[in-house]
Amino acid sequence: MKRDVWITGIGMLSSLGEGTTDHWNRLTDPAGPRPTLDEQGFAPHPIHPLTAVNFDLQIPKKGDQRQMEPWQRIGTYAAGMALSSAGVTGNAELLGRTHMIVAAGGGERDIAVDTAIANALATGNTEPGPFLNERLGADLRPTLFLAQLSNLLAGSISIVHGVRGSSRTFMGEESSGADAIRTAAARLASGQIDLALVGGSANAARSDMMMLYGAGNQILTGAHKPVWQRGESPGFALGSLGAFLVLEDPDHAKGRGAAGQARLVTATSGMSRRGAGEAAAEAMRQFETFAPYLATGPIGVISGASGAEPATSAEREFLDLLAAKHDIYVRATGSMIGHAVEAQFVANIALAAIASARGGFYPPFDASGIERPASAPITQFLVTGFGQRRGEALALVTGL
Amino acid sequence: MSSTWPTIVVTGMGIVTSLGIGQETNWRRLIAGESGIKPITRFPTAGLRTTIAGTIDYLGSHRHAAHLTEELARIAAEEAIGQSGISEGNFPGPLFLAVPPVEMDWTTRMDVARRVKHPGTASTEEMVEAATGHADEYEPFLFGTIAQNLTERFGAQGSPISLSTACASGATAIQLAAEALQRGEADMALAIGSDGSVTEESLIRFSLLSALSTRNDRPQEAARPFAKGRDGFIMAEGAGALVLETLDHARARGATILGVISGFGERADTFHRTRSNPDGAAIIAAMHASISSAGLTPDDIGYINAHGTSTPENDKMECLGLTAVFGARAGSLPISSNKSMIGHTLSAAGAIEAVISLLTLQNQILPPTINYAESDPAIPLDVVPNVARPVTGLKHVMSNSFGFGGQNVSLLLSREPV
Repeated sequence: MKRDVWITGIGMLSSLGEGTTDHWNRLTDPAGPRPTLDEQGFAPHPIHPLTAVNFDLQIPKKGDQRQMEPWQRIGTYAAGMALSSAGVTGNAELLGRTHMIVAAGGGERDIAVDTAIANALATGNTEPGPFLNERLGADLRPTLFLAQLSNLLAGSISIVHGVRGSSRTFMGEESSGADAIRTAAARLASGQIDLALVGGSANAARSDMMMLYGAGNQILTGAHKPVWQRGESPGFALGSLGAFLVLEDPDHAKGRGAAGQARLVTATSGMSRRGAGEAAAEAMRQFETFAPYLATGPIGVISGASGAEPATSAEREFLDLLAAKHDIYVRATGSMIGHAVEAQFVANIALAAIASARGGFYPPFDASGIERPASAPITQFLVTGFGQRRGEALALVTGL
Repeated sequence: MSSTWPTIVVTGMGIVTSLGIGQETNWRRLIAGESGIKPITRFPTAGLRTTIAGTIDYLGSHRHAAHLTEELARIAAEEAIGQSGISEGNFPGPLFLAVPPVEMDWTTRMDVARRVKHPGTASTEEMVEAATGHADEYEPFLFGTIAQNLTERFGAQGSPISLSTACASGATAIQLAAEALQRGEADMALAIGSDGSVTEESLIRFSLLSALSTRNDRPQEAARPFAKGRDGFIMAEGAGALVLETLDHARARGATILGVISGFGERADTFHRTRSNPDGAAIIAAMHASISSAGLTPDDIGYINAHGTSTPENDKMECLGLTAVFGARAGSLPISSNKSMIGHTLSAAGAIEAVISLLTLQNQILPPTINYAESDPAIPLDVVPNVARPVTGLKHVMSNSFGFGGQNVSLLLSREPV
């Protein structure tokens, strides 16, 4: 059994706004799309900060909001938007059969506590063990531990929105989002399930993440530029973002009178060893399996290139191989919404679905020549995801 | 499975716990009712409310919890793949890995804080800059690193899945692997649950939630699932690995079939971050789903490998769930908790306990719930108290795993294909 997969719900919350209309309008702004940036708060590292949002709209209980850190609020909000756009909100019967896969990183730490303890340890005057025990025991907040567990975004979504079918949390940076999509789509296509909620979230305003990714030389330092123009100073600008999709069996959707917004035709992922040319070759291997699904004509590429190296160069190598055979129009969304790690692949599928549903495409986000204006209408969208350290993934989105 | 999905069997198993390495050692010590719980020596415990755990110290010291977690997974997987008869370094399927979310640790943070210009007074921004470019402080703390290392070592295929469903993670790894095989994505899959994350911070965090036992004086008697006076779980380390395979593929290559993943059920609870809904609905639904997915009825289940953490709340809720699912039979249906002996291995528990469930079927001996000194009148169950029990004709075992965040998974393991 191999069934089609429809996208019947989209929830997007980012620096550009909330919902499909905000994102479409910002990214197709006649004056040219521009990112919203915060270049001071974490200087010298620019971030794409979250738009102003009234969390009460999707997380009505203040008590629930208090139990969450920002990444969980962002994700729970976006998940609520997706369920609402799919017409699933509040329908206990459907929520009981909604199967959730969340892509998550580590939860947020109390940076002030971390910094104070690390400073005290660094002076070397105190014996680390007993001191650590004392300070951690006194300074850590029990509720924060729960905000910190990777699976507690999924847990919060269950509590706030009533999703009960199943709940799995994938980890592993960018790959986790791509594998969440691939796995949910495979479960739907095979008939294991009829209804899925998939997504992730990121809070860019996090020093702990900057420390981690900075250690790997992955963070953008200095002035913000589009991702293709960061050659001399590579790195990604973290983006606050929540992206969730409701994926559904078409017959199931029709049966309940729900409309499809776009079709997720196929999704693949793999993990090369990242030797010279290997990541591009792995992506090409995956792309070759898309042949039966591709129409002749241009392909819009919603690229996950982040501006960090070596992943961005690896992706360019793949895009060059692709361009030799197909008429492709690349849009690296990282220039506009930043890099949301686990959530990026899902966000890019959402942006592909938004364009598809509106029968349009985005203008170039970059003037370096890599992103050309489309010369003909785009009806098929290739989403790419090259992880900062590992993992290559592709997905194809079209109209219904 | 009862429907048209292919039957999934187990052809290799590996296990590492505080009791030792391998099926033979673990099984011998488990049915002897031995405990692997002891005072913590890995870090100073002065001032801590709980000072005992089921740590694994016999492998030497590891710089990071991530390194120990990886080594435990590797040891368990080597045993499992070895038993399956698949040649080393050539595993023909994907990896599903349950791991704790291991973050940058305090040793590393201290190293970073010492590199700033004026140690002791650094701002967060200065610490971020001091970490920049130190790849050895990046790679170990990416959540995908362990899975990539294991994938490369064993030659597994495709993009590995690292996952967390808190204390149900090990069972979720098995479930995801079985689902992928049923979909025909591969003929074989490797499911591992591993956890080597007993650190100061993780211990203190669970302690702040009042989740841990504080019976520090007699470590081996501290974990007492289902007993009166149980006061929390014992953090522990270990790994379980299973080679899963479609029945047809296993038969075609003449593999020895160790058992069957005959069913699984899962439900998310919507009640609270750490507690189950008092009505037990999600636990009950997960157990019913696992039984019906196997095409069985509750009467077919001969023994339960409990989640049985030894917290007052969990054991009471598990009992409530069992009573709802098994009715009048609940009181006489044997159930025991491996955690009484090996502690709660967190992300690894579901995988370790699945291995022990299969050993139970193979050997037809029920491992005991040790430290069962006094029964809890609120939990009228046959917990196989203190002494292992030989049985005959045991065909189907249920293994339960519940986790923070409303995670509930119930696996059904069987001797022969249903």
